[in-house]
Amino acid sequence: MPASDYDSACLPDILPLYYRRLFPFSQYYRWLNYGGVQKNYFQNREFSFTLKDDIYVRYQSFTTQNELEKEMQKINPYKIDIGAIYSHRPNQHNTVKSGTFQALEKELVFDIDMTDYDDVRSCCSAAEICPKCWTLMTIAIRVLDRALRDDFGFQHLLWVYSGRRGVHCWVCDEAARKLSVAARSAVAEYLSLVKGGDETMKKVVLSDPIHPFIRESLVLVERYFPLYALQDQDILGRKESVDKVLALTPEDVRKQLQQDFQNEKKPENRWNLLKDQAKRKQGTSKKGQHFEKEIMLQYCYPRLDVNVSKGVNHLLKSPFSVHPKTGRISVPIDLKELETFDPFAVPTISMICEELDRPRTVEEEEKSEETNDKENEKDAAESRKIRDYKRTSLAKYVKCFDQFLDVMSRSWKGELLKKSDLQKDF
Amino acid sequence: MQFSSRRKKFTTNSQTELYSHPLLFYVQPPLENISLMEFETFAVERLKLLKTIENLGVSYVKVSDQYIKKLEAESKALNFLYRPEADDRKPQSGPTEQEKRRKDHISHFILRLAYCQTEDLRRWFIQQEVDLFRYRFNALYPKQKLEFLHRNNLQYDTISVEEKKALHDKLVNSSYAVSGITVEDQDFYKVPFQDALDLVRSRKVYLKAGYVYIPHQEIVTIVLNDFRTRLSKALALTARSLPAVHSDERLQPLLNHLSHAYVGQDYSIQKNVGKISLEQIDSLSGKSFPLCMRQVHQSLRENHHLRHGGRMQYGLFLKGIGLSLEQALQFWRSEFIKGKVDADKFDKAYAYSVRHMFGKEGKRTDYTPYSCMKVILSNAPSQGDHHGCPFRHSDPELLKQKLQVYKVSPSGIIQILELVKGMHYQLACQKYFELTHNVEEASFSLNHPNQYFIESQKVLGGGRDIKRETDAPQKPQENSTKAPIAAPEAAANTQDVAEMTEELDSFFQDA
Repeated sequence: MPASDYDSACLPDILPLYYRRLFPFSQYYRWLNYGGVQKNYFQNREFSFTLKDDIYVRYQSFTTQNELEKEMQKINPYKIDIGAIYSHRPNQHNTVKSGTFQALEKELVFDIDMTDYDDVRSCCSAAEICPKCWTLMTIAIRVLDRALRDDFGFQHLLWVYSGRRGVHCWVCDEAARKLSVAARSAVAEYLSLVKGGDETMKKVVLSDPIHPFIRESLVLVERYFPLYALQDQDILGRKESVDKVLALTPEDVRKQLQQDFQNEKKPENRWNLLKDQAKRKQGTSKKGQHFEKEIMLQYCYPRLDVNVSKGVNHLLKSPFSVHPKTGRISVPIDLKELETFDPFAVPTISMICEELDRPRTVEEEEKSEETNDKENEKDAAESRKIRDYKRTSLAKYVKCFDQFLDVMSRSWKGELLKKSDLQKDF
Repeated sequence: MQFSSRRKKFTTNSQTELYSHPLLFYVQPPLENISLMEFETFAVERLKLLKTIENLGVSYVKVSDQYIKKLEAESKALNFLYRPEADDRKPQSGPTEQEKRRKDHISHFILRLAYCQTEDLRRWFIQQEVDLFRYRFNALYPKQKLEFLHRNNLQYDTISVEEKKALHDKLVNSSYAVSGITVEDQDFYKVPFQDALDLVRSRKVYLKAGYVYIPHQEIVTIVLNDFRTRLSKALALTARSLPAVHSDERLQPLLNHLSHAYVGQDYSIQKNVGKISLEQIDSLSGKSFPLCMRQVHQSLRENHHLRHGGRMQYGLFLKGIGLSLEQALQFWRSEFIKGKVDADKFDKAYAYSVRHMFGKEGKRTDYTPYSCMKVILSNAPSQGDHHGCPFRHSDPELLKQKLQVYKVSPSGIIQILELVKGMHYQLACQKYFELTHNVEEASFSLNHPNQYFIESQKVLGGGRDIKRETDAPQKPQENSTKAPIAAPEAAANTQDVAEMTEELDSFFQDA
């Protein structure tokens, strides 16, 4: 079923169904409770909801999974944001003395938004995306995922499609959750290479020696550059875009290349000519010797919204929240299948709700009966819900989330063991 | 800091020991008796030094020769230690090294008292003290550095020869200061990246699995980090014991006074409210707005939209020149609804942030307009942004074109670009002011976009616009009217004290 079937007008009608039967509450709670290692971790977490007509309610908090579930099923939020873990219950923030209510911890988050690439993509602009520019997100995930793991030593990275035009990363390691504002901004700065606003043309400037982090990133960018930039975006095809690229080269090279390009129309060959020039330059002069690398980075390197990563109290759209404009669910991205991830194939809320109404296949019927025998009355409702999402195309994304949680739970099991050991240690 | 009971237990002997090294880590507070006179002079002079450091930090790269030279000159002029002389020869004139170190010690602790009161003050104080410490640490001889580390029990983990070999290339490529030959001879320290954020931020070290590898000559970063953490903790502790100090009526006004000195004018007092009509803004933007505001204004008019950074920078500036909340709401709404935002959306998504700016929402802080420093240093513009300082954040080529459009003479453009090249962004802006206002040499030193506006109105309006210049808010003055210190010790010197406070006042006004 095509995703275009989604109509934002019927959102209020289908949201109740989504929150009642499909939203993966138990996994969600399992995530944010972090094994209960720290006291009140879930209870002091801020949630904020966007309701109909852009009404925004901040500082919601819940003591149990059940309470969260009940509330969400009651108000059926259009959008869910997750905030920080505070010193007190966020829903009581007005009752504590001002100044003492403080954001203490949060996952280290990254927000990459396609609109930030408008000066280097020719296929779309603003909120639009297409398969041609989606490669930028793939590159961004590859580059950041590597750096966060190898350089910073983080392990529990949850990548999420935002539902429209970008991706989010939630770094969930304990060390990441405890980072100070200064540390978050240092990490974000370390990862930022593209700098400058609309008043700056050349946004990447490399200096010698090239830092290992940039080298590693370049290896990844180079893998995508020919297909993405030279073919899909055709940056060395049309005159205007060629000029834009050449503006990033040193003056003498620019003149030479302008001449050379008159006889050479094939983008790949043009790029080779440019690379030759760079190589020649490297042999002779000192300055501007990395311009071919700078061009690749300016066109492909991830562009972060530093402010989102910096603030501990900054809110970010929650996984499994619906995007009200597109109807798509904000789903975790499985990095093993990153190359084939298609944002247009991500299910919309109307799609999965319809899938629920589909008659069950014989196979499913049998399975459910089997489980029915084993379970007692109490768990019936719970397991029905589990079966519900499994019958929709949401299933594989929840499974991916489950796998992420399984890996992470090993780390907090270790924590808990350590703790109980300490207690028994007389 | 203890002012009372324990002060006499320590003999001069421990003092010589305390001041035997040129650099202090400020672990122990001074325990001696000092006169109020000294208290005040020391504090004011250190404040002057910190103020200089702040200003230099904007104009120069923090470890550049010029920066060091200027700071050295200032330290010398204020009789603070400035060069780590290895020997203790008596200088021909002025205080001895010992006396300078004592002054350094005492003045640091006095300012702790004055600057522990709010988050903002603490942040400012820590930043300047850290910069001062960096300069001094770097000036030490290698032997003194080791001695300093030893004296203060600062030990960091070094990596093994094998690890060094394995990481050889990466280490060489991560730092300017390391070459293939020197890797073998020097120590590398391995610390969690959280302890060397400045090096991480600027990618000056090799980073692997959450640890940074710091070559010995960069050890200052770790030491600084230690210094910063300790100072921050100490200030928090000091804040707790502040009530005791405040009960001393001799000190309280002085301390308040000192702590107000750092901000300079903040241009937030709204005496100008309503003096500007919305129709005037377009013409004012051409005549009296600094380039940064002219730029955001123009892009707002063109795109009928501004992203958050631009709205903050420009919105607060407009508030500072006298737009009322109602005017501001009208201004932003009328512009935004010409673009993609309809009135309804504006009221929902943007009106809140305008009211927030005026302290009518959220935690109700009445935000102050951004200073040049803030515009230059924080929240650099990224894709789609038009805020920031044009002298800092534009390509020189684009800046040149823009200046041409604004009819700055070719020779003037060259002068401006020269200043930009030397990273003197505020001076470049001042030059722009002089050129566009036909003033030979501006009589002020520019550090705030709203100051630019006021000065411009002064020049353009001749006598007519005096209202604005006299209205220039001067927060510190509110306090300066409080009675000068009246204390037994100082009684004999009332005249001197009066002179001192006068001096203090004039300093605060300059600041």
